Amino acid sequence: MSEENVQKAYKSDSEQKHVWNAEMDATDEKLIRLIQDGIEFTHSPFSKAAAELGISEDEVVARLKNLISEKKVRRFGASIGHLALGFTANGMGVWDVPEDKIDEIGKVMATFNEVSHCYNRPRSEEWPYSMYTMIHGRTPEECEAVAKRISEAVGISEYKLVFSEKELKKKGVRI
Amino acid sequence: MNRKTVELDEIDRKLINLIQLSFPVSTHPFLDIANEIGTTEEVVLSKLSRLKNEGIIRRIGPIINTRGIGGTNTLAAVKVPSDQIDKAAAVINKYDEVSHNYLRNEEFNVWFTVSAPTQARLDQILNEIQTELNCPLLDLPTIKQFKIQVNFHV
Repeated sequence: MSEENVQKAYKSDSEQKHVWNAEMDATDEKLIRLIQDGIEFTHSPFSKAAAELGISEDEVVARLKNLISEKKVRRFGASIGHLALGFTANGMGVWDVPEDKIDEIGKVMATFNEVSHCYNRPRSEEWPYSMYTMIHGRTPEECEAVAKRISEAVGISEYKLVFSEKELKKKGVRI
Repeated sequence: MNRKTVELDEIDRKLINLIQLSFPVSTHPFLDIANEIGTTEEVVLSKLSRLKNEGIIRRIGPIINTRGIGGTNTLAAVKVPSDQIDKAAAVINKYDEVSHNYLRNEEFNVWFTVSAPTQARLDQILNEIQTELNCPLLDLPTIKQFKIQVNFHV
């Protein structure tokens, strides 16, 4: 689609929304907006979106699979309320990893099942940490034990585990 | 953050483990799940509805890859005086582009993630927040992602 057509499609679909500038098909974008707050728990959960878009449920499913294979959608599935499940300790590990060891150490950190996110982010003088590992556990002690095992595995002792005291917002990304 | 833990039976556990990373993308996904774990679609639907009411399932839907659709995102932190946390939360959370926000036990105590269609919009949001709160702010965009796989095994 040409850039002009993309702009046109976005404008007609959703005046009030900011424009996402990927080469995203207008029907795909509409589909995501229809189901991003969650599908209903019914025999045919995509039937409403299909009717709204004027396409078959099979096409909805095919489009979703395509969005996943194109990595525009990371996955389709459940977002879990981890607090209700008893995972009430949420420790963000911040690590002072030397620049030349980031790749090697990031790969090791990612192998820990308890680590859900592992990212390299820019360090600064006021915040001298370059690696971030999100660790979920049932107690702070459980998270601390995991961080200690990671520390030993990667040979980095300069780290902090920053616990969340309160969830101020959790919504997931919407377009 | 104490709260009572919801009781789960064997089917609940199987469902929770399955629907996070292996949810079937099909026209009748709940029937497929029922066949997979050896129960009926009715049981799956009623179990999932209960888990949703209990807050264990927030939603079943697409998890959007912001950068995959041409957008950008960041992790930001602000250093907010302890008596101004509520105000800071209100200022930050009013943006739809803010997806997560946590109070943490650090000098930089309010940590939030922002996803936006363009870098200009992202910068605008951070600037507005910093101006309104008049607090030091860290902008920590991902340089490299080694893992993102949220999976709570029960």
